[in-house]
Amino acid sequence: MAKGQSASLDRKKLLGDPAMVTTIVLLITFLAIFILYPLAILLVDSVYSAESGLTFDFFKSIFGKRTFITAITNTLKVGILVGLLSAAIGLLFAYVEVYVKVRTRFMSGLFKVVSMLPVVSPPFVLSLSMIMLFGKAGIITRFLLHIYDNNVYGFWGIAVVQTMTFFPVCYMMFRGLLKNIDPSMEEAARDMGASRFRVFTSVTLPLLLPGIGNAFLVTFIESIADFANPMIIGGSYDTLATTIYLQITGAYDKNGACAMAVVLLGITMVMFLVQKYYLERKTAATLTGKASRARMLIEDRSVTVPLTVLCSVMALFVIMMYICVPFGALFKTWGYDFHLTTKWFVQVFRKYKGLKAFKDSFVLSLIAAPITALLSMIISYLVVKRKFKAKAFIEFVSMLAMAVPGTVLGIGYIRGFAGGMFRTGFLQNIYGTGVILVIVFVVRSLPTGTRSGISALRQIDKSIEESAYDMGAGSLKVFTSVTLPLIKDSFLSGLVTAFVRSITAISAIILLVTPSYLLITVQINEFAEKGSYGIACAFATILIAITYGSVLLMNLIIKFFGTSRKIKEAE
Amino acid sequence: MADMRVKQPKGVKLDHISKIYQDPKTGKDFYAVHDVALDIAPGSFVTLLGPSGCGKTTTLRMIAGFESPDEGEIYLGGEPINALTPNKRDTAMVFQSYALFPHYNVFDNVAYGLRLRHISKPEIQRRVTDILKLVELSGMEQRMTNQLSGGQQQRVALARALVVEPGVLLFDEPLSNLDAKLRVQMRTEIRRIQQTLGITAIYVTHDQSEAMSISDQIILMKGGVIAQMGTPMEIYYRPNSEFVADFIGECNFLKGCVASSGAGLTKVVLPEGEVSVATDSPREAGTECEIVLRPEAIAIAESGMLPCRVELSCFMGSYQNYHVRVGDTLVKITDNCPVNKKIFNVGDAAFISFDPSCAHLL
Repeated sequence: MAKGQSASLDRKKLLGDPAMVTTIVLLITFLAIFILYPLAILLVDSVYSAESGLTFDFFKSIFGKRTFITAITNTLKVGILVGLLSAAIGLLFAYVEVYVKVRTRFMSGLFKVVSMLPVVSPPFVLSLSMIMLFGKAGIITRFLLHIYDNNVYGFWGIAVVQTMTFFPVCYMMFRGLLKNIDPSMEEAARDMGASRFRVFTSVTLPLLLPGIGNAFLVTFIESIADFANPMIIGGSYDTLATTIYLQITGAYDKNGACAMAVVLLGITMVMFLVQKYYLERKTAATLTGKASRARMLIEDRSVTVPLTVLCSVMALFVIMMYICVPFGALFKTWGYDFHLTTKWFVQVFRKYKGLKAFKDSFVLSLIAAPITALLSMIISYLVVKRKFKAKAFIEFVSMLAMAVPGTVLGIGYIRGFAGGMFRTGFLQNIYGTGVILVIVFVVRSLPTGTRSGISALRQIDKSIEESAYDMGAGSLKVFTSVTLPLIKDSFLSGLVTAFVRSITAISAIILLVTPSYLLITVQINEFAEKGSYGIACAFATILIAITYGSVLLMNLIIKFFGTSRKIKEAE
Repeated sequence: MADMRVKQPKGVKLDHISKIYQDPKTGKDFYAVHDVALDIAPGSFVTLLGPSGCGKTTTLRMIAGFESPDEGEIYLGGEPINALTPNKRDTAMVFQSYALFPHYNVFDNVAYGLRLRHISKPEIQRRVTDILKLVELSGMEQRMTNQLSGGQQQRVALARALVVEPGVLLFDEPLSNLDAKLRVQMRTEIRRIQQTLGITAIYVTHDQSEAMSISDQIILMKGGVIAQMGTPMEIYYRPNSEFVADFIGECNFLKGCVASSGAGLTKVVLPEGEVSVATDSPREAGTECEIVLRPEAIAIAESGMLPCRVELSCFMGSYQNYHVRVGDTLVKITDNCPVNKKIFNVGDAAFISFDPSCAHLL
């Protein structure tokens, strides 16, 4: 039995909706040009060159290098450890926030700040403070423990720093999931005689399982794609991302770099596909459009005290790491001369064009953020709520971008746009300008935004939108009057996340930025590499101030204009 | 309240529509709805009734436009609407989960459809106020939806669909989330409002008592096809199959053989005796047949048509409930108002009898 006319009717219905069609066409074009095309060029360049034609020599040559093989194993080891640790710590923090009655306002405030801090900071901040606290001149190692030759560089350095950087992402994911679990399921289990621990293992945990896989996946991919931390704290412990960077900037071996990039891309892609198609089936909507009740928080001291203590210890550690950086910018010579000084800040602004770096980073990110946030919400809406043919393509490509490490994307852009598209000169004029930087920012933050948008939308009963549609609202109206307001919080946080991700981005950007743009992150990297920690810290302090400020602003906005407020008030 | 009758209730015609789905496990295509032909008169209340998976909701969603039929054409008020998107169709749906907008208060929820139609503010104010009065929610305008009880949320959903004066109102199991008492109250309410407004309504449910009490017409579906359609009374007393008879209320079946047939009356021979059943058309003598008997249509006494033995006798207040054995067949009897009647006890021998016009022959 073949399908009848429904396919053609569905197509007619779609065409009767010009706003939808235009959006879909524009989206597909954008995704094809700025995500698929650069990756395709990479694949081509890794097996083809003008001189030798089609060849596997580039792969043969890179796999012949011991350093490259070591880089692969290094990367995987770090990735797995960081993925596991981040998921565990993220879950702990989320559980404490959603389930446990925290005794004091101070404690709950502390949790929020701590879990937010790493999100708003550029990755190297932790690497810097790691070196300043535990390195050869580190306060803790040298002055407290009197260890004079501690080596923070390498595996453990990267692992600790990356875990601290990425666990907040897991925390956010888990918090969202936990909040969406209907408390009555757990109450039912408790009512039937299960202990708290049993409820956690038999109800909460199984419900979270796809989410845990998700968190691990996200962190693993972030970790092996991470460029900045291995660059600063890796020392001689090379990972794939840094190796590729050196291959193209140091050895000028474009085809070799392309082949390496393909290898890195292959690893992330496999992880991504396995997880995505395994998880997809397990994901189910747990909430309906109806009002649900609030959860009874755990007040049992035997649960709250240990969890609170554990989180506090970690919190204090993370806070210490962050306080370190601004101080690093205020002392004359870290580890030797602890006289206060403003000379680093003065140098940043007088000698190293700090104001321009600040302005360039800020403006470009400010342009990229709303584009990213809106784009990711539109994609999520289409993916979750609508049926049409190209949907699978849109979903796949926008999620694919998550599996693409920045370094890989950067090389893809160099190869793909330096001579215009397909080396024809088309779109060549955007190469080396702010436009391509903004596009890279958007593409880099899109998957995160889309992911959170999709999970937010999945929680909304489909019939709420159907009802608006049925009542006479067109797609655009449904999106603006129902979908967007319902995920307003998610949209606002997507906006800030996109901004923060952009202003702290480095891996792809460092390959594409031209001297006409000074970006703060690139400056930090440069000075940290040189060992000028004072200046690097001064730049990083400015960056932390910007990002932290914008997150505070977002929280204020959500507090006063968010949907949750209106709904919460009603309760 | 001004006259709120809908200006133009619309008829709905389903011209042999089918919907094909793919079984997710086997990958095979199957008909979720097959060759459904219906003509719904303007202003009537029609219920699609059936067990889950019978295709009733799919049919409703095709009328609303959320699904597209694979075969056939749907007409609304005489116009073909197959290619129209849901927002362009003159339908309004009340969802099972109510689907209220959680970020709006009651007033804004109800006003949503009117605002889309660019109606002036005072007019919106008037119509929303009127409709909230009709559903007895006056004074609740500023409440958020999660401050309402289930029944109130249901009323908001109803008001929101009614206020746009749709050509046809669609209900997708709207009462399934309410408790039994409220369900009975709300269905009376829905019927009252539908008749006040004179609106066309198509209602999906799996609850037969809901369907009986609310509808002008019942369309009973099974496995994607229409099993029977008719007024509640026709369906109840003249079921065309065992499935229909059994689905609508309690039913007894007595197997027998046609002895003779004529003049609207057919004689049926059972092992226990001979009985008469009213029939519209004569039956051929000698064919096997089944007598359909409703429990309340059977009388139990010390003498009668067929002998039986009592297996259960239970006082239910308004009636005495019997299970008796006629030959090998179990027969359920509802003996109304038993206060002055003889009560038979378990093990007693008795006779059953029934009026030929209260029985039906399959």
